[in-house]
Amino acid sequence: MTTQDTPLIIAGKPYQSRLLVGTGKYRDMDETRLAIEASGAEIITVAIRRTNIGQNPDEPNLQDVLPPNKYTWLPNTAGCFNVEDAVRTCRLARELLDGHSLVKLEVLGDERTLFPDVTATLEAAEILVKDGFDIMVYTNDDPIIAKRLEELGCVAVMPLAAPIGSGLGIRNPYNILTIVENANVPIIVDAGVGTASDSAIAMELGCDGILMNTAIAAAQKPVLMASAMRKAIEGGREAFLAGRMPRKRFASASSPIEGLIF
Amino acid sequence: MNITVNGSRCDCPQNANLSDLLIHLEMQDKKVALEINKEVIPRGEYDSYTLNEGDTIEIIQAIGGG
Repeated sequence: MTTQDTPLIIAGKPYQSRLLVGTGKYRDMDETRLAIEASGAEIITVAIRRTNIGQNPDEPNLQDVLPPNKYTWLPNTAGCFNVEDAVRTCRLARELLDGHSLVKLEVLGDERTLFPDVTATLEAAEILVKDGFDIMVYTNDDPIIAKRLEELGCVAVMPLAAPIGSGLGIRNPYNILTIVENANVPIIVDAGVGTASDSAIAMELGCDGILMNTAIAAAQKPVLMASAMRKAIEGGREAFLAGRMPRKRFASASSPIEGLIF
Repeated sequence: MNITVNGSRCDCPQNANLSDLLIHLEMQDKKVALEINKEVIPRGEYDSYTLNEGDTIEIIQAIGGG
């Protein structure tokens, strides 16, 4: 975190890093661990799935590689296409993590785009907030929906930049800007980031953080990309706090006119 | 007694409770959460919940994901 910044606060807890990272799609546990260490992330997402019965007990598991007492674990509801499944998944996650109530809610609407079903998301968010969960909610870049989710009591709103795993970067920067300007909770861009400049752009728009997985895991060199993302987010955040110069149509010389020798 | 565990039919002893089931599946030391017929069962109640014929059980863990 730059010394000119304040921590990112989510559900009352401060974080120094504004980069949140997913733990999926890496080559193996070693690469997962190294990439997350290089990213500086303090919050990591995990998925909730059936155990394999008869699995080798010596296989490395996530708890050993990324201990929950060192990282804040954010269980997600990835793969849920309806309210009931998302709610069940969150309740199982809370039991699994001994009452830890911070979850990432996503209710998907379409297999190809993995766009959120926002009406189902609103319904699930309302149920889960009443059940005592701290919800970080994945949504689209519609400013109306983003505000509704905040008003339901979600602790953070997470608009997509572009479809999950697409690497297309921020498709609608003005929508993200509107969401940021209207928000009283952290706005964390989640999904669709592809490379470091995408992260910097998101931070320059005023976002409070960025959640990514594929951008790091599917890079040719994931550990190096994790480091790049860390720097881009710090750079973009400093640029935002510094207040950029205005854009101008025409030139404005950087050197004085007086004293020219001709 | 026939029950369903993680989508598959499973044979388990009569009058088994959830702790017995986890031992039967060699999962007693794993960090898991359990659901019976779509209801989450708290860890503290594993000894007191006796399985019934036809119960549908989900045993879940955390894995890598975005």
